[in-house]
Amino acid sequence: MIEQEELATAVAPADAAAPDRDAQEGIVHTKSPTRLAWGRYWRHKGAAVSTVVMMLLLFMVLATPLTARYGVNEQVLSIQDGPNQFLAPSSVAWFGTDDIGYDIYSRLLFGIRTSLFIGLASAILSVAIGTAVGAFAGLRGGRFDDLVMRVTDIFLAFPFLVTVIIVREFLGGLANVKYMGWTSTVIGEKTSIRFIIVLFGVFGWMIVARLVRGQVLSLKEREYIEAARAVGASNFRIVTSHLLPNAIGPITVALTLSVIGAIVGESTLSFFGLGPQPGSDSTSLGKLVELSSSGAKQGNWWLVVFPCGALVLLALCINFIGDGLRDAFDPKLDGGK
Amino acid sequence: MARFVLRRLIWLPVTLLIVTFLVYCAIRIGWDPLAAYMRSNPRASKAKQEQYIEANGLYPGFSGMLRGYREWLFAFVQGPGAWPRSLKGNSDVWGGTGGLRYSMMNTLRLAGIASVCGISLGIGLGVLASRRAGGYLDTAINSSAFFVGAVPPFVSGVVLQLVFAVSLGWLPPVGVYPPGHQGFDLLLMLKHLILPVFVVAIQTVAQYARYTRASVLDVASSDYLRTARAKGIPERQVLFKHSVRNALIPVATLIALDIGALFGGLIITENIFDYPGMGQYFLLAVGDGDVFKLLPFMVVVTLAVLIFNLLADVAYAYLDPRIRLD
Repeated sequence: MIEQEELATAVAPADAAAPDRDAQEGIVHTKSPTRLAWGRYWRHKGAAVSTVVMMLLLFMVLATPLTARYGVNEQVLSIQDGPNQFLAPSSVAWFGTDDIGYDIYSRLLFGIRTSLFIGLASAILSVAIGTAVGAFAGLRGGRFDDLVMRVTDIFLAFPFLVTVIIVREFLGGLANVKYMGWTSTVIGEKTSIRFIIVLFGVFGWMIVARLVRGQVLSLKEREYIEAARAVGASNFRIVTSHLLPNAIGPITVALTLSVIGAIVGESTLSFFGLGPQPGSDSTSLGKLVELSSSGAKQGNWWLVVFPCGALVLLALCINFIGDGLRDAFDPKLDGGK
Repeated sequence: MARFVLRRLIWLPVTLLIVTFLVYCAIRIGWDPLAAYMRSNPRASKAKQEQYIEANGLYPGFSGMLRGYREWLFAFVQGPGAWPRSLKGNSDVWGGTGGLRYSMMNTLRLAGIASVCGISLGIGLGVLASRRAGGYLDTAINSSAFFVGAVPPFVSGVVLQLVFAVSLGWLPPVGVYPPGHQGFDLLLMLKHLILPVFVVAIQTVAQYARYTRASVLDVASSDYLRTARAKGIPERQVLFKHSVRNALIPVATLIALDIGALFGGLIITENIFDYPGMGQYFLLAVGDGDVFKLLPFMVVVTLAVLIFNLLADVAYAYLDPRIRLD
């Protein structure tokens, strides 16, 4: 009996909190790496709170018929009942109204939905391209690797906005060139949401590629890769079933960070009037943030506080989640447990 | 090291040529200056069009682009006096108000003050935070840096402008001088600089505080620190001579890279505060699709980026003898 107890504690020392009864019956509680990571994630307070906040926000944003008080393009009160522009926050419009008399609160919900979509889509695009290019460059090395890394280095060394604005104009005008008309059907008009996703994909992949390349370079020297090669696994198989699963942590963190990068990027472009026009029946966080520039100069504080506050809240939450994921995927940070 | 620097310096003009040519093509394709001309002068005769094409090198097709770029390049290397005048407004690109030199001086003034304040404060806070990792001070500094890092610069800019300039009225909201002001006035200029400098500086402080903290903690477990302490060197001396000095090596390269990127202007801050620097110059030139204003801008930015990149590498090798450049 005593022997069994010792065995149980020796095998699972992390399970100190397990009831004594289990130990007495000789049941050993093991934790899979996934469960350990899950535990590490929830122990990160910022990440835990942010996840809950994000869930709430997602619910509010997706359930707009219930949560929004007005439609996207609905004025809070008809003009016969009194002025509806630039109303300060009140019971009629919780977050005030803009220059056309739309409700900021409702528009924020619709806007966050569009912006989250932009962020997710461009993050997935850039992670997909970046992972493929980075893995190939890291594994192959040689000319291709040199070229890709040189180009990314130069691109990333330039001020971000300068390159984004120039590439934006270039991609937008590409359709006017002979034989290049098809590009506008693929990437859309300069002011469309599809275009902005492609634009951020064009930039985002470089950061991811650099990261994945670094991971692949350090992972490919490990013994298990050598073993896989020795039993005759193809390059494709080595990448997809050995290298990438082991690099999943940094890639996931990069994915979260690209989501917020694209959302902030969209808002920044919109701030200069270069953002997407989401169409007449929708709006984006960027379009709302755009109002804050003139709003500040006219002293309409609610046009600044609420859109910018929403953006900062999103940025904080997603950054915290990224931070938590980094902890979760890195067993070294577990304090030796 | 000399060979490394020499090779990079030889590559510099090549990169410069490639970048300017790519930007030239991008602008020609993206804005199509000829179409813009036709839009503003819809009844221009065929001869007038030809004249416009001839004067600005806007020949059609890819070979035309090459020819136009070559013409610009030959004019450009002859110095600012010979540079083609701007497409829109036919103004001087280099000198005069709104010219490249004027914008560069404005940006360097703003960015210089902000960087000096921000970097020194950031490094100081980072060292302070790393003294007791996990302590109250560390948590306070680290979490506020995390918070500031999550605030996009235009948000802090607009909020500060709203609070201190519009609502409280303590500071001027925009510009370098009040409208209609003539001549030089240091005090007035500084007063206009406070808000933009602050917006840029808080970002810098946050970035450098986090970076320095991580870097100091990184060297904290190294053998030479243990040796130094074992020899009985006073803690103060260990901190400044062994720990911080080594921890600042990566920070120094970061500073070099940041300065290089500053020449592109603080686009967001300058835009919010209507500050006539490189960022505003760029936005204006981009808005007009003005090739001849943009290309010199790109030359300055590329040069700055490449030179300071090189400086960062050299500084790294110089400060850390373990690194060899070849």
